[in-house]
Amino acid sequence: MIKEEKDMWICKQEEANYPQRLKYFENMPEKLFVKGKLPDENKKSVAIVGARSCSYYGRTQAYEFARKLAENGVQIISGMAMGIDGWAHRGALDGGGETFAVLGSGVDICYPRQNADLYRKIPQQGGILSEYEPGDQPLAWHFPLRNRIISGLADLVLVIEARQKSGSLITVEYALEQGRTVYALPGRVGDALSEGCNHLIFQGAGIAKSVEIIMNELEISVKLNKKLNENSKIRLASREEMVYSCVDLSPRHMDEILLRAGLEPAETQAILLKLELEGLVNEPIKNYYARAGG
Amino acid sequence: MFSKVLSATIDGARCVPVCVEADVSNGLPMFSMVGDLTSQVKEAQERVRTAIKNMGITIPAKRITVNLSPADIRKAGSRFDLPIAAALLAAFGLIEKEKLEGVMLAGELGLDGKVNPVSGILPLAETARESGCTLCVVPEKNYREAAAVGRIPVLAVHSLPHFLECAGKENWGVDKDPEPFVFSEGRDSLYRDFSDIQGQEHAKRAAVIAAAGFHNFLMTGPRGTGKTMIARRIPGILPALSREEQLEISRVYSIAGLLTEERPFLTSRPFRAPHHTITPAALAGGGKYPRPGEITLAHRGILFLDEFPEFSHDAIEILRQPLEERSITISRMGASFVFPADFMFVAAMNHCPCGHYPNLNHCTCTGAEISRYKNRISGPVMDRIDICAEVSGVSYEELSGRKKGKTSRELQKEVEKAVAIQKDRYEEKYKNRGIFFNSQLRGDLIPRYCETGREAARILEKAYEKMNLSARSYHKILKTARTIADLEGETLIKEAHISEALCYRETGGNMR
Repeated sequence: MIKEEKDMWICKQEEANYPQRLKYFENMPEKLFVKGKLPDENKKSVAIVGARSCSYYGRTQAYEFARKLAENGVQIISGMAMGIDGWAHRGALDGGGETFAVLGSGVDICYPRQNADLYRKIPQQGGILSEYEPGDQPLAWHFPLRNRIISGLADLVLVIEARQKSGSLITVEYALEQGRTVYALPGRVGDALSEGCNHLIFQGAGIAKSVEIIMNELEISVKLNKKLNENSKIRLASREEMVYSCVDLSPRHMDEILLRAGLEPAETQAILLKLELEGLVNEPIKNYYARAGG
Repeated sequence: MFSKVLSATIDGARCVPVCVEADVSNGLPMFSMVGDLTSQVKEAQERVRTAIKNMGITIPAKRITVNLSPADIRKAGSRFDLPIAAALLAAFGLIEKEKLEGVMLAGELGLDGKVNPVSGILPLAETARESGCTLCVVPEKNYREAAAVGRIPVLAVHSLPHFLECAGKENWGVDKDPEPFVFSEGRDSLYRDFSDIQGQEHAKRAAVIAAAGFHNFLMTGPRGTGKTMIARRIPGILPALSREEQLEISRVYSIAGLLTEERPFLTSRPFRAPHHTITPAALAGGGKYPRPGEITLAHRGILFLDEFPEFSHDAIEILRQPLEERSITISRMGASFVFPADFMFVAAMNHCPCGHYPNLNHCTCTGAEISRYKNRISGPVMDRIDICAEVSGVSYEELSGRKKGKTSRELQKEVEKAVAIQKDRYEEKYKNRGIFFNSQLRGDLIPRYCETGREAARILEKAYEKMNLSARSYHKILKTARTIADLEGETLIKEAHISEALCYRETGGNMR
């Protein structure tokens, strides 16, 4: 007999509130351990998955997609792992939406520890669920298995970044078995981290070109996003515009920006700092600069 | 018969005069030596006895006693052979005792009477001059080292018979007031030039700023991007050494026994790059009778630690005291020794164990591995590094470019200008506090000398809030900006200086 903790409850398969989306499939767990709540059946949900070791590009895209989808009332499902999973949850939390994490360990264990902030916040704006009993350790074989729940709970699976051989592709396989739509974020040819995604697109997955495309697929109308429009309307002086145009979505070293902008180093540095302080440019690694946001 | 001569011993970084006394008296024939001697010195007995015998001099069958005073300082090394032999020859009556007054000697004897070179000759010659001696007798191979001191006559002897022969001459046959031996600079051949490096403008600029303010400097970046190349070129852009500084460095090298006949005097700044397997004792200096370690050998020059996180934890932590106090104190049973260690600290490191990060196409390290790698450098050590620069891979455009950067000579001019400004500003007021460079400013002096313009203050305030800077990094940025302003010849710190200094701040960026 498992003792019930005060913030954890058990949902059995025969109970009415067991997710309808999972009931159609045979290999689903008999009971789910839940912290917080279960996904709302009437709301659309999207699973955002991807590599644990991700690039700055992947991380910002995961965050932005999740944030915008959450702002439009979409529930974000992911696995609370490092990298893409974590950033998707963060985006959803910041977008004020609901987000659900399916763990590969008992719900009383925070794994990985670095995501302790998410572990605390997610139950307040959604829920943490697991098929494993409290106290079960995060064993390697748990993770590919729990992916079937992630795809099962979602209407659509969005793959942000995946290497050629990636755990995210297991989620895609489950999604296809379960009849879920699969979208992948396109990357540059040659980026090892986007190879899996580009291959999915080649095989017929949808191209996640923008949030609107995902929303159309889910048949939701897009709320007018004021913030987005404001952002693109910021006026920059011509020299700043020039430096900004040399900054890419993937981080670039100062030397490369200096070479491209062709301005004096001191001036370029001053402009980059100004852009950074205005929040248009980020410095994810020391002296590497990238555009903020998506 | 009693006689005495002078010599000197090395005690840590000090050189202490030693009086070598010899007495030949009636009694049972024996040879005894006293005066807190190590076995190296005790062995001198056999060398001296045999060398004198091989000169054709019969040692009288008498009681011979040799004493080295002060008797409470431990004496080590083979440098006392010649003074002991000289004292004995005087005691036998072969040299006039008056002749040996005010003469300081050192040297090792071979059994055939040959005089071999020893270490620590330069401080011995200095001690001789300071204690009012009139002559310094050294092995022939140490002659140039001793002559570098100047204002003390130096006699070079190649053998014991030669020594005896000179003793018979008027005034030992040497010039009374010689000029110091001047060594040519030869700097061009010593340092490689900055213009060899293609691209890397950002890191090169950071190196110049670090050199101008004597700031400690950390380069991070993937492997094979030229971090070591840059570090090796920094001594060449530091200001040239003054005569006093040259003597100071040469003294340390003399004590460590690193001066050779070909290179008897250091005219250029040292560059020490110990391997990462170095022990803490080899880095800081150590041994039963402490010898200077790498940090002391880097005095007035560069200590470069490549692959910084690979050094042992203890070795890294030992840098704390010298980085703060510019000297190191080594305590041993009975005594503690202070060695100078005023060096510019330069370190280079990768971001991750595999060395490819931030190139994610190649790097396979996990986020945890990357942060563990970074955490090997503790906070207190990072706090002492003012300038951090990221060195990126060079693009083919830059690498194949014909555009030559500034040469070391040009950069050195810029640095010298900034150093002169700092000297004017600090030397008179803070000499006794040991402040000569912007990097040495502390607490209350920072707001006094790092005055910012209004625009600069505004941008710094904004950055402080937005970038989550700590009070310490705020001070580091101000000091760096001060040096940048000095390089530009400005009295007030301007906006551009602050924004450049902010680029060199330490950031814990990690994308994973």
